[in-house]
Amino acid sequence: MRLLDFLAQTIRIAVPYLFAAAGGVMAEKAGIVSLALEGFMLSGAFCAALGGFYTGSATVGVLSGIAGGLLFGLLHSVATIRYRADQIVVGIAINLLVVGLTRFFLRLAFDSSSNSPRVPGYTTEVSGGNALLGSFANPLVWMGLLVIPILTWVMYRTPFGLRVRAVGEHPQAAETLGVRVKRVRYVAVALSGVLAALGGVYLALDQHQFTDGMTAGRGFIALAAIIFGRWDPARAGIACLLFATAETLQIQLQGTQAIPSQFVQMIPYLLTIVALAGLVRRSVPPAALGRAE
Amino acid sequence: MTATTPPVAASQGPPPSASVVAPSQTGAWRTRIEETLLPPLVALLVAVVAGDILILSFGQAPGAVYRLLLEGTWGNAYGFGQVLYKATTLVFTGLAVSFGLRAGLFNIGAEGQLAAGGFAAAVVGLLLPAGVPALLAVPVLMLAAALGGGAVGYVPGVLKARFGAHEVIVTIMLNFIVLALLNWIVAAKLHVPETLHTPQLKAGAVPRFADFITPFHGSAANVTFLIALVIATAVGWYLFRTRGGYELRATGLQPEAAEYGGVRVATVWVRTLALSGALAGLGGINYVLGYKHYYEEGFAGGAGFLGIAVALVGRNHPVGVVLAALFFATLSQGGLAIHALVPKQMVEVLQGIVILAVAAAVPEVRRVLRLSRGSADA
Repeated sequence: MRLLDFLAQTIRIAVPYLFAAAGGVMAEKAGIVSLALEGFMLSGAFCAALGGFYTGSATVGVLSGIAGGLLFGLLHSVATIRYRADQIVVGIAINLLVVGLTRFFLRLAFDSSSNSPRVPGYTTEVSGGNALLGSFANPLVWMGLLVIPILTWVMYRTPFGLRVRAVGEHPQAAETLGVRVKRVRYVAVALSGVLAALGGVYLALDQHQFTDGMTAGRGFIALAAIIFGRWDPARAGIACLLFATAETLQIQLQGTQAIPSQFVQMIPYLLTIVALAGLVRRSVPPAALGRAE
Repeated sequence: MTATTPPVAASQGPPPSASVVAPSQTGAWRTRIEETLLPPLVALLVAVVAGDILILSFGQAPGAVYRLLLEGTWGNAYGFGQVLYKATTLVFTGLAVSFGLRAGLFNIGAEGQLAAGGFAAAVVGLLLPAGVPALLAVPVLMLAAALGGGAVGYVPGVLKARFGAHEVIVTIMLNFIVLALLNWIVAAKLHVPETLHTPQLKAGAVPRFADFITPFHGSAANVTFLIALVIATAVGWYLFRTRGGYELRATGLQPEAAEYGGVRVATVWVRTLALSGALAGLGGINYVLGYKHYYEEGFAGGAGFLGIAVALVGRNHPVGVVLAALFFATLSQGGLAIHALVPKQMVEVLQGIVILAVAAAVPEVRRVLRLSRGSADA
């Protein structure tokens, strides 16, 4: 049973990473630097809590979260594609903006500076109290586990995926072949916002409330997973599972004081730097990543 | 990938880019001034509109809120002192980010470098024997802060020069690593029981303005602000009046051309990121030497990230950086002043909007100006 609990906890931790990493791969494959994953997630979490609270329905919560991610995904794409603003700056600005907006509307909607009231979620209590089975009662867990296989299929087996990869590798060539580069990028970044936001939606519904800054750097762990996974959806997904396993181990070992928690927290970031420096095997981004045209 | 950053001050180098199409020297100057000043003005306008909407959504009158914001910041000595205190750290982090951007390097690690600098100063301040005169202790601690931040900045420099690792990702990841490492050291070895901070410095404290000017009483503004102005001047001198600064800016404009012109680009990258980290690290003395006299977990509090905004709005020029630091410090202190009417979190929203608007307005203003120039010439 211990093993099943361990698996269940790993999956619970991995789901937000998987969503955010899928979103990040989508945008970066299209050539748009994705530093706003954290902001997308937080917007999804807040909108899900808002929608869920006012309607009492978890499904409306999910849809609101998707709308929130779409909104900020579009804001990101308008700024970077229409106005050609620096992609790194836009990513950072959106992260700051979403933190401010969620705090402001937390006060406006719930008159609180820290958290929302309890919001509906998906039941995770299953007869017998089996944690692993319980996790799978949540449709967002299914979606999170399926998002990477689906993304892999979309990226490598559909015309849309081919276009996304083309505009990320060589936009001029894609343009010559009749691909509408800007439109593909708009769609990819908007979808990226939605996917990452679902990671935040999962967090809010799983904890049955929104708390200030609840994404706590998960968007950057997802970014680390993307780079560690060399911009490949499947490898990025495996990296997410790896990071989640390390985190679960750390939580399980917490009582024993074997390793300071701060060192476990460093693992994803250290591995990313190692991967980027090519000390193991070089991680190479899409060729046109970060170029406006 | 690099931010678009035309030099604004008198540069001794070649013209910044081939894109300046103005026919005469005065025309070029006008274009430059317009390209420099218009984006922040556009951003301010957008921010005011957004601010109005937020204020109205909370059922308050925008005029009253803005008046309160100004009264609570520039309207009294305490508020003004707090603005100066907050601006001091931002001058350092803004200089750090803009120093890197001048070389075409985006240092997102100012947050971690600031923390490392403050930590290094606090630890060396603990090791000094009590009673060391300030004239000796302060420079020693400043050196420690610069070395602490510089060491963190050196890592992405080397990884970029040696392995081509992109400095944006490395500096982001290093932020998390450095902060986790410092948290562990403080929690495991150095904290005062029941707190998250180190013991007080034995020597090297810097006087507050309130010690000479009584109306500043209670505000944290201290002599570090003057040090920040001196450092800003030094950065301007280095960038525009020295060979190293020329190589740095040449690398930023076009690394391949700079390399061809005899600049060792890889060396410039390492040196620039290390110095950028040192500037951010120096910012740590504002809190550690000037305010609390110890290192505390989380003291950087986002000032490193806000440094990106300061550099962007200040258009990567030391004078602009100082002005932008005062602007963002006014916003964050102003948030506290307006809290009675509107949640102080409103200013965080405005900060994000200003950054977005400036980032979007910079290329747009340049495009529109060029279009209008083009049609005027034709």
